[in-house]
Amino acid sequence: MSKTHLELTGVEMAFDTPKGPFVALDNINLKIQKGEFVSLIGHSGCGKSTVLNIVAGLLQATKGGCVLDGHEVNSPGPERAVVFQNHALMPWLTVYENVELAVQQVFRKSMGKQERRDWIHHNLELVNMAHAADKRPGEVSGGMAQRVGIARALAMKPSVLLMDEPFGALDALTRAHLQDSLMEIQQELNNTVIMITHDVDEAVLLSDRIIMMTNGPEATVGEDLYIDLPRPRNRVTLADNPEYVHYRQEVLRFLYEKQRKLEHISPRRSGKPEASEGEQPKARAARA
Amino acid sequence: MTTITSAKHTSQPPRWLGQRLKSLGESLTPGQLAATGRQMLLPLMGILVFVGFWHLAAPQVDTSLGSFPGPAQVWEQSQQLWQEHVNQRERADKFIAMQEERNARILADNPEAEVRIRNYPGAPTFPDQILTSLVTVLAGFIVATAIAVPLGIVVGLNRHFQAAVNPLIQVFKPVSPLAWLPLVTMVVSATYVSDDPMFEKSFLTSMITVTLCSLWPTLINTSVGVAAVNPDLLNVSRVLRLSFWTHVRKVVLPSSVPMIFTGLRVSLGIAWMVLIAAEMLAQSPGLGKFVWDEFQNGSSQSLSRIMVAVLAIGFIGFVLDRVMLLIQRRVAWNE
Repeated sequence: MSKTHLELTGVEMAFDTPKGPFVALDNINLKIQKGEFVSLIGHSGCGKSTVLNIVAGLLQATKGGCVLDGHEVNSPGPERAVVFQNHALMPWLTVYENVELAVQQVFRKSMGKQERRDWIHHNLELVNMAHAADKRPGEVSGGMAQRVGIARALAMKPSVLLMDEPFGALDALTRAHLQDSLMEIQQELNNTVIMITHDVDEAVLLSDRIIMMTNGPEATVGEDLYIDLPRPRNRVTLADNPEYVHYRQEVLRFLYEKQRKLEHISPRRSGKPEASEGEQPKARAARA
Repeated sequence: MTTITSAKHTSQPPRWLGQRLKSLGESLTPGQLAATGRQMLLPLMGILVFVGFWHLAAPQVDTSLGSFPGPAQVWEQSQQLWQEHVNQRERADKFIAMQEERNARILADNPEAEVRIRNYPGAPTFPDQILTSLVTVLAGFIVATAIAVPLGIVVGLNRHFQAAVNPLIQVFKPVSPLAWLPLVTMVVSATYVSDDPMFEKSFLTSMITVTLCSLWPTLINTSVGVAAVNPDLLNVSRVLRLSFWTHVRKVVLPSSVPMIFTGLRVSLGIAWMVLIAAEMLAQSPGLGKFVWDEFQNGSSQSLSRIMVAVLAIGFIGFVLDRVMLLIQRRVAWNE
């Protein structure tokens, strides 16, 4: 096994609320190797994004910490580039200028003007967006904007690429298309990737490893599943692959049997309405 | 004091306007023309109904200076005011020409002689007053913007600062220009003492009053716009480790431009309204003084002339807002 690239040790995250501290994460331990594609999966509200934000340096863990290549992470930085769920492109800049902002900032000293220009174009070509370089984010589709978000992140030459539900806001076909692109790019560049997802198929298809998180509060790592499927992977042929089906079932079992989320089931069907749910009709009647 | 430049006055519209109208006519298909016609029809009808009502109602209102002027008298006075302006300009040109001739003669006799160059001493005309008012309002507005935008950015960026400044903004925002004016006048007379003043005191008084009253909407809107930058974009800025200035220049400022411009448009509207009141009270040259002088003058034409000023004030306010809108469309990314 190669040396640990990124390590989370005993991470606890507590948020201050008027009712006292709310412990979102408790004792998260994780070791990630260079070039690994890791997915974080779990029900909504389990703190997946919090883990990602701690690695990104956007949040500070209240206990424990995160070490990348022997350095403690305590602030955000371009070596841990983030792809946000809703592309987070500057709407007043063109596609090219959005990537340029990042390249300018990271490689201002190490690259010449022409070199930077080539590098921006190279990254836009990588995500098939070179044709729309002069368009504004508002003039391209959501999927295209997300590609640019990925290009911007890749252009920073990050040692870890952090993706927060990168395809969550896209329709199924666009999502499949972008997943394929991402697999190709990752194959080529061998980036270390941490991706948050809700989508079991996405997690199994893309990942080398799936970290399944227990439900919050005090969420932690529930199971750690290695996906030993050969690459390049093809979604159509894998659909019948017994190993793929097995991995899929493992994740589904974890999510829907071991970590079932009761709040999501409507009170009518479970027959045991929660207090807050039961109060609502009354309140409405009183107002009427 | 009025400085008369030897600007030429032609009755023809500027060439760019002619070209614009021509290209507009060429690019319209009959369907578009009909649509434009319909668009123009209702506003035109509104104006016609208003003018008709005004025409009928005005003679019913009697004042000590005769009956209230109707549209016909006001139109007549507007032409009269323009004619006075043209005459005045002719006299001024003649004055300047004579002065130059005389000076040339003196210099020809004796190249060492000191010649005097004097401005034409005639009273400012209505268009001169409009120009003075525009200069004053723009000066006040630019100073207000130069204060309000940077301050708004600081207030919007820092929650503690915002909490500290907010009560002051809330208290000073509704203050009427008339309340500020005496204070500003006294402070200007006391502090602006110079043998060779660059600006007239009355100009400074009006300008500062305009600034004090018009900076609030820009300040508030800028701070709100800055505070409302999309958190994802702020995170991008943090991931990129943008320096404070780059962050402000590349992320905060462009993101708040639409809000800033909304504030600027409101500010300019207020500035224009405040200016007229300030000029009336401060007796500084401009449209406000024109109205006041006509009111004091009390001739049979005074009311008509004031009405011309009222319409001019309204029309200029409208044009100022349109110009701001055009600039906003140029600058803002969301238009």
